[in-house]
Amino acid sequence: MELLAVFSPLVAFLIAGLFGKTIGDRGCQFVTSGAVILAAIVSIYLFYHVALHEAPYKTVLSSWVTSGEFSVNWALRIDTLSVVMMCVINIVSACVHVYSIGYMSHDPAKGRFMAYLSLFTFAMLMLVTADNLLQLFFGWEGVGLASYLLIGFWNQKNSANAAAVKAFVVNRVGDFGLALGMMAIFVVFGSINFDGIFSQAGEMAETYFTLFGYQVHALTAICLLLFVGAVGKSAQLGLHTWLPDAMEGPTPVSALIHAATMVTAGVFLVARMSPLYEYAPDALMVVTIVGACTAFVAATIGLTQFDIKRVIAYSTMSQLGYMFFALGVSAYGAAMFHLVTHAFFKALLFLGAGSVIHAMSDEQDMRKMGGIWKKIPMTYGLMWVGSLALAGFPPFAGFYSKDIVLEAAWADHSWFGEFAYWMGIAAALMTAFYSWRLLLMTFHGMPRASEKVISHVHESPAVMLGPLVVLATGALLAGMVFYEPFVAGHPSHEIASIHTKHENVDIDLEAEVEAPVVDEEEVASHIAWNRHAFWGESLMVRGENDTLEAAHNVPEGVKFMPLVVGIVGVAFAYLAYMFATGLPGVVVRIFKPVHALLFNKWFFDELYDLLFVKTAVLFGRFFWKIGDQGTIDRFGPDGSARASYKVAALLGRFQSGFVYQYAFVMMIAVIAIVSWFVFKLNPGLIVGGAGL
Amino acid sequence: MEGFPLLSVIAFSPLAGVLALLMIRGAPEVVALNSKRVALFTSLFPLIGGIFMYLFFDGQSADFQFVEDSGWLKALGFRYQMGVDGISMFFVLLSVFLTPICILSAWEAIQTRVREYMVAFLILETLMVGTFCALDTVLFYVFFEGVLLPMFLIIGVWGGPRRVYASYKFFLYTLLGSVLMLVGMLVLYAQTGTTDIRVLMENPVASHLQYWLWLAFFASFAVKMPMWPVHTWLPDAHVEAPTAGSVILAGVLLKMGGYGFLRFSLPMFPEASAYFTDFVFVLSVIAIIYTSLVALVQEDMKKLIAYSSVAHMGFVTLGIFTATMQGVQGAIFQMLSHGLISGALFLCVGVVYDRLHTREMARYGGIVKNMPRYATVFMIFMLGSVGLPGTSGFVGEFLVLLGTFQVHTVYAALAATGVVLGAAYMLMLYRRVVFGPPAHNDALAMPDLSLREFWILAPLVVLVLWLGVFPNQVNNKIAPSVERLISLYQTGQPVDVRAVDNEGQLAN
Repeated sequence: MELLAVFSPLVAFLIAGLFGKTIGDRGCQFVTSGAVILAAIVSIYLFYHVALHEAPYKTVLSSWVTSGEFSVNWALRIDTLSVVMMCVINIVSACVHVYSIGYMSHDPAKGRFMAYLSLFTFAMLMLVTADNLLQLFFGWEGVGLASYLLIGFWNQKNSANAAAVKAFVVNRVGDFGLALGMMAIFVVFGSINFDGIFSQAGEMAETYFTLFGYQVHALTAICLLLFVGAVGKSAQLGLHTWLPDAMEGPTPVSALIHAATMVTAGVFLVARMSPLYEYAPDALMVVTIVGACTAFVAATIGLTQFDIKRVIAYSTMSQLGYMFFALGVSAYGAAMFHLVTHAFFKALLFLGAGSVIHAMSDEQDMRKMGGIWKKIPMTYGLMWVGSLALAGFPPFAGFYSKDIVLEAAWADHSWFGEFAYWMGIAAALMTAFYSWRLLLMTFHGMPRASEKVISHVHESPAVMLGPLVVLATGALLAGMVFYEPFVAGHPSHEIASIHTKHENVDIDLEAEVEAPVVDEEEVASHIAWNRHAFWGESLMVRGENDTLEAAHNVPEGVKFMPLVVGIVGVAFAYLAYMFATGLPGVVVRIFKPVHALLFNKWFFDELYDLLFVKTAVLFGRFFWKIGDQGTIDRFGPDGSARASYKVAALLGRFQSGFVYQYAFVMMIAVIAIVSWFVFKLNPGLIVGGAGL
Repeated sequence: MEGFPLLSVIAFSPLAGVLALLMIRGAPEVVALNSKRVALFTSLFPLIGGIFMYLFFDGQSADFQFVEDSGWLKALGFRYQMGVDGISMFFVLLSVFLTPICILSAWEAIQTRVREYMVAFLILETLMVGTFCALDTVLFYVFFEGVLLPMFLIIGVWGGPRRVYASYKFFLYTLLGSVLMLVGMLVLYAQTGTTDIRVLMENPVASHLQYWLWLAFFASFAVKMPMWPVHTWLPDAHVEAPTAGSVILAGVLLKMGGYGFLRFSLPMFPEASAYFTDFVFVLSVIAIIYTSLVALVQEDMKKLIAYSSVAHMGFVTLGIFTATMQGVQGAIFQMLSHGLISGALFLCVGVVYDRLHTREMARYGGIVKNMPRYATVFMIFMLGSVGLPGTSGFVGEFLVLLGTFQVHTVYAALAATGVVLGAAYMLMLYRRVVFGPPAHNDALAMPDLSLREFWILAPLVVLVLWLGVFPNQVNNKIAPSVERLISLYQTGQPVDVRAVDNEGQLAN
């Protein structure tokens, strides 16, 4: 079953990629969409089977790399964490595949586009079902490749190519950290298979090792290195600059890769490695702070952008920040919950934006939109659903997940948890504001596009709206349905966790790991509706870190704060973009420097360009011209060459036979040397030879 | 295969082709065509022999296999001894695999002195195979240095406009190294009284001599690799060499240096190897970062790939001198993989060079539109060079870094930056040549891969992907020999150092 879910997109990619010409565009669309829909159905079955009936398992396919004690297999690890991801990936991917049939209908390279989408899906599935870090890395780089190919899909555009290269290279910086983390794990644990690592996590809690010449706490160092990878892939502050540029790709790509799935790989990575992070509190603190700062900074930039897709891109970055600070306070379930709901509503928003762009004859600038809501009512309505979910209004999915994330941050009772909470609240305010700014600028007010464009505005075909409806259903229901299993409290384990709260580390670990086994029957009766039974061993939380438990008992004010700021944000947006439309201009004029900072994305691109790109080129030229040519060659071969040219000129044999001459000389030399060698060492040879 | 001189057949069957080539008579066009056919046909024999060798090779054993020891040169002070272990076998395979590809790739590109060109390639094949099979230092030396001759001619006769300069530089550098190595070999013989590599491997020479001998051999191997700062011959040689010359140069000749380190330096001078480890590491890391940055600013496609080769070879030297299982195995894998990938990249450059006769990136752009098949194939090799998991390029690089990390984390981290830079320059190359707005009409008018070109590249694509997904096909057969190599290296360390090492391990 799991083979079908993971490999059918690969088969579809190979068919569409190799025989695309033979089977035609229709054939490619049919094969790839069909395969991913099949994969989605199988994933849902697996979810039912594995997550709801607690039967995680592994399938070993073949060995991959073996070298001494280092040994990894190609294997699929099917547990709750991976099936949740598989469902999200395959469902969203299926929607995007079908949607693309309509969206890309005017593109000449439809077959190639579908093939790439399937390739991406396969790589992402390999990432989440990996049983060891190396296979995870395979998927990790594979999605990076697919992302590169799809961002640069319109490869005649220079901006698209530049964005594609940038995405790949910036991600490589993250991968650099991930790879080093992987190696450190091998050095410390002697294995990079998940089972091998997790079973020793507790024992290694106090291990120190030498890294870059310093004695460091092993797990903290490892977790931070892994986190560098997550920062790159999930566009967290510092390595985020590729994500907005990635919007150069076709919109379905943005929905699938740069909103719902690939960018959440970092979140998945930290959740998967939760048994290590649990013993590295300092690393968790860093995760929290980076996540919180990202949530805030991205939201501020989102306030000022005019490109509809970039607004949503910054919103994605901001929401990923939420997921990370949830991880940072050990609320892994909450992070995964937000990941799932976000996948639905953000894919919905992106595809909705795509529908708008499609209607507006490929216009993306919101300043050139407006007044079109009556012409595309379905899209308008669906965008409302997405925005309500994003801003966290009940009963939409975002309400449940964002609230539990913020409550967990508060419940951590640490300074950085509180910091994350307030950053999150500020970001929530801005989220509501820019979401409605987007809605109002795009759909309401006077039409600002040209007559010609306006007359062309049309509702998208059913093949595009259908997937939107599926996603909207998810954005509406995912929160209500999955709240209980993902994050709710759990009666059967409360006692156990209270007991272990003040015990030492090792007992804690045992309690957590063995608990589901102990009261198996009770678990079976609770089946899904129990957080610990649901996640099983796929997420690990130490009792004392269990902020999700505490999150259910935070003050009322903390609980209602996100909703309140959401309403305020929406109200501000109405005020500024509906009733007092001069207001934004005034605000911009008053806070000119601030606006410039935000509008220019905090000048990250300019800074990096100066620090890294320009510097690298400068060094490259220096090494080439001054190092290679100016020093090594000048004093090495060229110097002696000049001398020998003179000799050769003297001899007057410089002209035609030059090369042969050297060859000849060399041959002679070799023969001479060898014979000298032989005679020198075997003086008796001459005698022996004479004897013969 | 008992008693059958398989390795000699592989090594010397090309010479039979040479004889046949010399006998071809007729009009120039007829000679040219027949030469190509004869050469291609001949080059298939070593390939078939190589496949037999692979199939009958006992992957469990660390011993030399298919050993031939005819005493008939014994009177001359050395013996004709051939044999392969897990390490050398794959280099032999690489040589016999790439030669037919090179001959095919020259089918239309070479128009002058075709017969001589083919002769040069077949002789080259004999020498390459001989180098990897030789079990006697003198025999090794003759093959190892003999390789220079045909390569020198290939660059100097069929090369580009600055071929004289390039071949001269190539010659000068290699000469420098080889003279020192020869002296080293003489001393080695004088001290031990044997030229048998197998005996020498088991019995390292006295410590005080090791350091000098190590340096003498290092001079030769470092130039061959090439390591920084003796690398500057490579970009020029590549740029001026005809396509097939670049392929064989990058594909096989650069590996001789790495092979030399594995066969001579580590087992014969273990103490010195340990002593100079940091020295090699520093040079390797400089090579990786320095040449990657230089590659970033190149305008000439071949120069860029040449510099990237230096960087990739930096990983190899890094891995070899970690003397860990992962490091050494990774280094060997990296050499094999680089042989395939860089060879293929030069073939890819050759494809467009044959059409437009320029290697300047700016003269291309937007060619994906007319050459989709070419773009796809090129992309696979580009990704292989970048080290994407799933291609062979990843396995070697990763294992080397893993090995290095165990020995010294700082060097591993510095070397890993090369992976980032590698992505930058390769993607830049691809973007400028294949993608982008159509700029030049002549570039856009280029036809896609011909059938011949496609079938040259297809086996390389298959191998690069196959080895990326199932590297253990190679790894497992290398492993016993590498294990033995490492144990030889470790037993060769002075006793007190070993004791400290053991204690260190116990403490862990």
